[in-house]
Amino acid sequence: MEFLTIQNNQRVDISSIPVLQYEDFSSFIIDLINDNDNHCVNYYGYQDNNQIKLICCIANDTQHVIYVTSSIVDKNSELNSISKKHLSFEKFEREIHENFGINFIGHPWLKPVRYAFNRADKTKTIANYPFYTIESEELHQVGVGPIHAGVIEPGHFRFICNGEQILHLEIQLGYQHRGIEELFLQKKELIQRATLAENIAGDTVVGHSVAFANAWESLCDYTPSEALQFDRALALEHERIAIHTGDLSAICADIAYQLGNSVLGRLRTPVINYFQQWCGNRLAKSLIRPFKTNFPYNEYLSEKWFEVFDAFLPDFNEICEQIFDLPSALSRLEKTGVVKTEVAAEIGMVGVAARASNFNRDIRFSHPFGYYKNESFNSIMGKNGDVYSRSKIRMDEANQSISFIKEMLKKIPNHEIQEGEIINEPKPNSFVVSLVEGWRGEICHCAITDEKGELKHYKIKDPSFHNWLALALSVRNEGISDFPVCNKSFNLSYCGHDL
Amino acid sequence: MLSFILVILVSFVFTGVVIRTKSIASGRKGPGIMQPMKDIYRLFRKGAVYSETTSIIFQIAPTIYFSSVVMAIMVLPFGHTRGLISFNGDFIFFAYVLALGKFFSIIAALDTGSSFEGMGASREALFSMLVEPAFFILIGSLGILTGYTSFHEIFMTFHFSTYITYAIGVLVTFVLAMICMIENSRMPVDDPKTHLELTMIHEVMILDNSGFDLGLILQTTNLKFAMYGALIANLFMGNLVWYFTIPLFFMFQFLFAITVGILESFSARFRMSHNAQFILVLSSISLLVFFVILMIMNKF
Repeated sequence: MEFLTIQNNQRVDISSIPVLQYEDFSSFIIDLINDNDNHCVNYYGYQDNNQIKLICCIANDTQHVIYVTSSIVDKNSELNSISKKHLSFEKFEREIHENFGINFIGHPWLKPVRYAFNRADKTKTIANYPFYTIESEELHQVGVGPIHAGVIEPGHFRFICNGEQILHLEIQLGYQHRGIEELFLQKKELIQRATLAENIAGDTVVGHSVAFANAWESLCDYTPSEALQFDRALALEHERIAIHTGDLSAICADIAYQLGNSVLGRLRTPVINYFQQWCGNRLAKSLIRPFKTNFPYNEYLSEKWFEVFDAFLPDFNEICEQIFDLPSALSRLEKTGVVKTEVAAEIGMVGVAARASNFNRDIRFSHPFGYYKNESFNSIMGKNGDVYSRSKIRMDEANQSISFIKEMLKKIPNHEIQEGEIINEPKPNSFVVSLVEGWRGEICHCAITDEKGELKHYKIKDPSFHNWLALALSVRNEGISDFPVCNKSFNLSYCGHDL
Repeated sequence: MLSFILVILVSFVFTGVVIRTKSIASGRKGPGIMQPMKDIYRLFRKGAVYSETTSIIFQIAPTIYFSSVVMAIMVLPFGHTRGLISFNGDFIFFAYVLALGKFFSIIAALDTGSSFEGMGASREALFSMLVEPAFFILIGSLGILTGYTSFHEIFMTFHFSTYITYAIGVLVTFVLAMICMIENSRMPVDDPKTHLELTMIHEVMILDNSGFDLGLILQTTNLKFAMYGALIANLFMGNLVWYFTIPLFFMFQFLFAITVGILESFSARFRMSHNAQFILVLSSISLLVFFVILMIMNKF
């Protein structure tokens, strides 16, 4: 067997993952990815007895399964690049190169990704990042950041422009690197790890904490109760509504449409505040915990939810209609920052941005977990992959999530705590992949335990990891003044990428 | 003298009214009318910080920019009373003294050596260049119609009597108002509220200015607004007596400020590449006025 077939959140023995020679490993991956239904959800390496074990997880969207395969290579070895054939591996290989000094021959450009503290080559620093340079005197460079004018995270954007036209954009990140993956191993208490998961990306608290909770429970062979699954799906969809509304407001701000900005900003507040009523935190921190919930959902909260959304829906639909009817807004949104479907497929885009480019990547549908298993879920697709599509899909998805929650609330499962429930420790020598569709897209957490059942390696992948490249490509040949609205339409996470 | 004092008075509250209108339109209470002036007063009491890469140009530019606008205001008449400076062809002086100030603000922006400010300067230069023909064709046409070449005499002789003069009045008002929006870098060409360096025009040029200099530049914007408002008001005041013209003047300025606020509230700004087109449209409207006037005068 060349691979192991598993499902989302299925615990397997690490020894059951086949170990291939690197040549077989890479040609096998290339064969798999040639099929359009397959995409790589995670490809990473970790140190195993002075060698590097590479693990590649490829998800098949139609069969709803994940293929896992692995290979063992030496540090600082030279390997043939997979990115040469499939560009979507570009960043994964750069990451492995950065961490272990492995050289991928034929890779387009092996640059550091995030300047991890334990990187292989310490001489490479954020100050001497190898930017793409120009010789021509007719072109000019514009550097933006890492300190920005607004309250956003640090990241450096370097544009090569011909007058007002962007020819090339290079995005350099890594300023937010905190070593979260390493912290997961250092912090031994479950509550510490759950808190860490909440802080991977501040705008995807529910997404990442559900991914962690699912991964941890799978490691312990624990099946969450119906009530827990209900809470998680509800929180995920509610987070989606809140952030999508906020994003639409911010897009309006970037095109200087004041009415849209202020109305949507006002609408977002009660949605976010609903989390406060539920769990005492507006960002839903401490809401999702493995094995339990500290804030069981009840009839009272359900009533409150309907109160919030009875007020929200009419205004939301009215203002969205206004925005998507306003000629001056349309002229800014339409045909700006286009990512074609083929490009989206080539670079492996995920989530809401991929769906706006008419490229279906939706974990809720392709690898359903928990509550989503029982629901038929149709992803909403955009057409053109421009800023308009990415804005419109946010409105449609917010509406879809609202009706989804309305259906959910018809039957609230029993939240009474069952006495005498046995909670196991994580099983030794196990491997688990946990996929969650956060509001931004596919979140992937991979966990490996050692022979004592201790966490040996924890790997996190935020959807931003794939999509930053899409932003860089989408602004090519656009006016530089359209960059901010393109950027906002993707709304990618810096700290989710930098970890 | 009268126009000079009134324009300066109006400049104190103009931006305040615009901001208040925008606040009310978006359902907020908004800051007080005098808040922009309080901010400027605060800035006036501060020292300025100069970057080491800048030269003397950067330090004198805000003052030249400010005084150029003050000079331009002196040219403006007020109903019967002439401006402090008034001579044949003073509208050319008016346009080019403003251009001098703009020139200095552009080279000061280039002086900082920042890539943002260079971009802002190039945009501002392009848009000012495109706006120039619109202004000259417009005032020139009025000059042909009235037979005079100074602001005071043009406005004194321009009468609203026939439908065609009303039509001309509407077009002239529209073009002057839009020139004002462009010169002040407001919507729909520029967005003064944005925090995004890459989309700014005027705001990005003054990123390096601080303290007193920044206060001066902000006050210049206020003055420019009031100045264009006065120009529009003059068009309608004609030779009425002062106790009509003064309330009329304030009413026009107030209406103009509210219009600016409403315009900025309910539409999105243009894409940068559409701005040039839009400004050229103003020139073509001015040409329209020009041809209408030629037809009235039977000069074809």
